[in-house]
Amino acid sequence: MSTSVVVTGLGATTPLGGDVASTWSALLAGRSGVKSIEADWAKDLPVRIAATIAVEPSEVLPRHRLRRLDRCQQFALIAAHEAWRDAGFAFGDEEAAEGFRVDGDRLGAVVSSGIGGIITTLDSYDTLREKGWKRVSPFAVPMLMPNGAAGQVSIEFGAKAGAHALASACASSAEAIGYGIDMIRAGRADVVIAGGTEAAIHQLNLAAFASMRAMSTRNDEPERASRPYDKNRDGFVLGEGSGIVILESEEHARARGARIYAVAAGVGYSADANDIVQNDADGMAKAMGRALTDAGLEPSDIVHINAHGTSTPIGDVGEIKAIKKALGEAAGRIVVTSTKSMTGHLLGGTGAVESIATLLALREGLVPPTINIDDLDDEVDLDIAQGEPRKLPGGPAAALNNSFGFGGHNVCVAFRRHQS
Amino acid sequence: MALSDQEILSGLGDIIEEIAGVPAADVTPEKSFVDDLDIDSLSMVEIAVAAQDQFGVEIPDDELKNLKTVKDVVVYVQGKGVSA
Repeated sequence: MSTSVVVTGLGATTPLGGDVASTWSALLAGRSGVKSIEADWAKDLPVRIAATIAVEPSEVLPRHRLRRLDRCQQFALIAAHEAWRDAGFAFGDEEAAEGFRVDGDRLGAVVSSGIGGIITTLDSYDTLREKGWKRVSPFAVPMLMPNGAAGQVSIEFGAKAGAHALASACASSAEAIGYGIDMIRAGRADVVIAGGTEAAIHQLNLAAFASMRAMSTRNDEPERASRPYDKNRDGFVLGEGSGIVILESEEHARARGARIYAVAAGVGYSADANDIVQNDADGMAKAMGRALTDAGLEPSDIVHINAHGTSTPIGDVGEIKAIKKALGEAAGRIVVTSTKSMTGHLLGGTGAVESIATLLALREGLVPPTINIDDLDDEVDLDIAQGEPRKLPGGPAAALNNSFGFGGHNVCVAFRRHQS
Repeated sequence: MALSDQEILSGLGDIIEEIAGVPAADVTPEKSFVDDLDIDSLSMVEIAVAAQDQFGVEIPDDELKNLKTVKDVVVYVQGKGVSA
């Protein structure tokens, strides 16, 4: 029997709110975080909408810290601080700091990003061309590197068991949670700060995704643009933000009397080895099947799936097929939702933010609705939560969070209700 | 007109507050950047660039490493004698 891993702290900063509580209440209320981009740089783009962060980091972090952190690192630090406090840990070296003191050599940090400090990269290049090399910040390299957020979080909290940044595009932060689970199971850490972050709302990224014809161009109705499973969906909406969870061995959590949100029961991975941008249903199904096996769960244990559901015409239907393939006849009894209908697509932040939504749905017994479904796609023949939040049955139950990334990465994280 | 020591000190305080988050009032002549103000070498590079913008005095890398205290910078900038 492998070590049981539990979730004891949650943190997030998203297009819906500056913390977990405000994000969760907006999800239950079915509120969209998608807005028009008013900046001049967007006016010639086919896509002029995005799910920008609800609370700017400048409202939270002091100026001198902001200037040496990429925006994605700012998000990650804000979310990590919330999760750290939420778990009841002491921050800083002061004797008087309240909370449990974690042994740094038993603490890991796994914080992913799909793209890394892309805004620093692009802005620094503008600076170089316009003002010369001396004006490029001496902090540009640690700000733009994709492992920058993992390094910053490890420094902030003194995580010396290891700092890791796994890149698998839109599956990155689900993979980070999986890696954190594995660190604890392997005995390399007792506590892991795990999750991901992304800050990629920039002219170039919008142009590049638009060039793929992957994005919604419903510019006149921002709040209605992200509409997974609706017949008239026309692509994803780019979002930004970060989600962080505190993973902890159950033994460690129990010994300090921690509040336990859920059991991080297992993770399943697969690679399509097929197409670089179009994930296939077989690969997605394999990830879900492997998550069940890893977690020791049966399809009948699953009451809820937080789907990847990005609102692209092909991807959404592929995932529905995959759920049926992986879970068989049990699939029809599972409440499925896509919270991207409200948050947009947070790329490397999405797996962690949606894992938080998944385990809160289990804990609260309420599944946030998928908004904007006016006309359900005929090929979507599963029970999609719509309208009011959907109640889940009580008792032992489990849920899955799917994340799929360009490159053919499929990751599924399984959470189980904790029975005390 | 050349800047006075006090004007340079005050300008330097603002730059250091902006870049390193040290309150400008703590930036007094005898303070060591590394030991007292906890300013690392990369931040010193930023401070030197900002000082060049503000005072019109370039601080080359091989000079920068000799500037250990706030007073060292004030004296260096003053010594270059460039008008504001």
